[in-house]
Amino acid sequence: MPAPKFTKYFGRIFAGREDRSDPSRGKNELKLIPGNELPSQLDAWWWLVAAVAIIIVLLITLQPDPYWHILRFVRDGLAMTLLLTIISFIFTLLVGIIGGLGRIAKNPVIYFISTIYVEVIRGIPLLVQLIWWYFAAPVAIRTFGEWIGFAPLAEYRSNAFVLAVVGLVICYGAYMSEIFRAGIQSIAKGQVEAARSQGMTYMQAMRYVVLPQAFRVVLPPVGNEFIMLIKDTSLVSAVAMADLTRRGREYMAANFNPIETWTMVALLYLIMTLFFTRILVWFEKKKGYEK
Amino acid sequence: MAAEPIIHIKDVHKHFGRVQALRGVSLDIFPGEVVVILGPSGSGKSTLLRCINHLEVCNSGQIIVDNIVLKSAENINAVRREVGMVFQQFNLFPHLTVLNNITLAQRVVRKRSPKESEDVAMDLLKRVGLESKWESYPAQLSGGQQQRVAIARALAMNPKIMLFDEPTSALDPEMIKEVLDVMTSLARDGMTMVVVSHEMGFARAAATRCIFMDEGQIVEQGHPDQLFDHPTQDRTRLFLSKVLQS
Repeated sequence: MPAPKFTKYFGRIFAGREDRSDPSRGKNELKLIPGNELPSQLDAWWWLVAAVAIIIVLLITLQPDPYWHILRFVRDGLAMTLLLTIISFIFTLLVGIIGGLGRIAKNPVIYFISTIYVEVIRGIPLLVQLIWWYFAAPVAIRTFGEWIGFAPLAEYRSNAFVLAVVGLVICYGAYMSEIFRAGIQSIAKGQVEAARSQGMTYMQAMRYVVLPQAFRVVLPPVGNEFIMLIKDTSLVSAVAMADLTRRGREYMAANFNPIETWTMVALLYLIMTLFFTRILVWFEKKKGYEK
Repeated sequence: MAAEPIIHIKDVHKHFGRVQALRGVSLDIFPGEVVVILGPSGSGKSTLLRCINHLEVCNSGQIIVDNIVLKSAENINAVRREVGMVFQQFNLFPHLTVLNNITLAQRVVRKRSPKESEDVAMDLLKRVGLESKWESYPAQLSGGQQQRVAIARALAMNPKIMLFDEPTSALDPEMIKEVLDVMTSLARDGMTMVVVSHEMGFARAAATRCIFMDEGQIVEQGHPDQLFDHPTQDRTRLFLSKVLQS
C-alpha cells in the first residue's frame, strides 16, 4: 500500500511542532542571523483554523435554522468584540510600555506609583473591575464634579463603550507592564552602557537600542495577552455591552435553544482565537528572522 | 608635553557595598598620551576607566575631563560625546546592521544627516578594514571583526579620548592581533587613549606610559620599558613575573 496522504500530512504537523520546541527558537542572537530564515510558507496548524471554519460553514448551510439565524443575530456582537479587543489592545500596549519603564525607573516616586498600580490591579478580578468602572465610576465622577463645582463632571453621562475599554486597558495594562519590564530587563546591561557611552540620553538608549530588542523578546507573551483579551472581552456582557456573548444570551432568551446558540458562540470565539494565534506565529517568525 | 591635562583624576574613591574598588586614585593624562593600565583582576582598573565617562559614579574625589567637571546629567552627556569607549564584550547593537551601529549615535546625538553619518561610517569601516561588511549584522561577524566595528562606532563620534576596557580579553588568540593593529595605528595617529589590557606586546609597542594598579591604588607607573624591565615595587615584580611567564 502506498504511503497515504494522511500520514504525510500529519507528519508535517508533527514536524511543525518539533520546530517549535527547538531550543534555538527564542534565542535572539540566533534568530537575528539572516540566512537562517524559516521557509515563509504558512505553518501546518492552519488546518485547525480551516477545520473550525468548515464546521461553521457546514452548520450554516446544512442547518440554516437556527445556525444561520444565530450568526446573523450575533454578527454585530462579533464586530463589537473585535472592535473592543483591538482598541483595548492598542491602549494596553501604550500603558504596558509606560508601566514597564516605570517599574524599572530609578525615580522612587515613579517606581512606587507603577508598582502600586500593578500590584493592586492584578489583585482584583477583571469582572469586578469592569463592574466598578461601569456602575461606580460614573457616580464617583459626578459626586466629585459636584463637590468641586465643575459642571461638565457633575453632569457626566457614562458611555458604556468607553468605560469598558478603560476597564480592560487598566487591567491588561498591569499585566502588560510586567511583560515589558521583564523584556527590557532581559536586554544585557552592556547595551545601555554602549548607547550611553556615546552620549545618548536614557530615553534615546531605550528608544533606539533597548526597546527594539525587547519587542522581539516580548512578542510571544504579548501575543498571548492579545488572545486572552479576545476571550476576556466576553466579561463586558455583564455591563450592558452588546458583545458576542451578550448577543448570544439575547438570542437564547428569545428562542430557547441553548445548545445551538452557545455552540455557535463558542465556535465563533474559537475561530477568532485560532486565527489570531496563527497570525501571531507568522508575525513572530517574520520579526525574529527579519533582516 | 602639553601643560593642561585632558583627564584630571584627583583622590577618587569608589566602593560597591563593602568592597572598596578604588582607594584614592590620582592621575593626570595629557593629550596624545597612550596609557595602559595593568593589574590583577579586582584591582580597580576597569572601575577607574568606567569612572572617567561616568558609567560608574565615584563616591568621593574629582574627575575633570576636557575641562568639564563630571556632575549633572547634561555635562555627563557632554563628556561622553568626547570620550569613546570600547568594551570587552563589544556590546554592538544586535538588531542593527554594522552601518547602522556606527551611524545611530551620530544621528541622534550629533544630529548629523543620514548621508553625512554614512560617509563617516564608511570611512571608518575602511580604516578598520571592514568596508565590505557594512550590510552584515553583528552576529555574522567574528569576535575580532565585531570589536573592530565597535572601535569604528566609538570613533564615529570624533572623540578626543578613547577608553578601552580589556578590548581583547574576549577574543580568540588569532583575532587579537587584528584588533591590536587597529589600536596601534590609532595610537600612532595621536589619539589620547586609556587602555585596560594584559597585552604586554601592545603596551611596549604603543604605550607612552604604563600604570600598575593593585587593591584600588596606583602602585607604580612609568614608561613601559622601565616598568617592565626595571620595576621598583615588589608587588609589580611579582605580578609581571607571573604574567610574562605565560
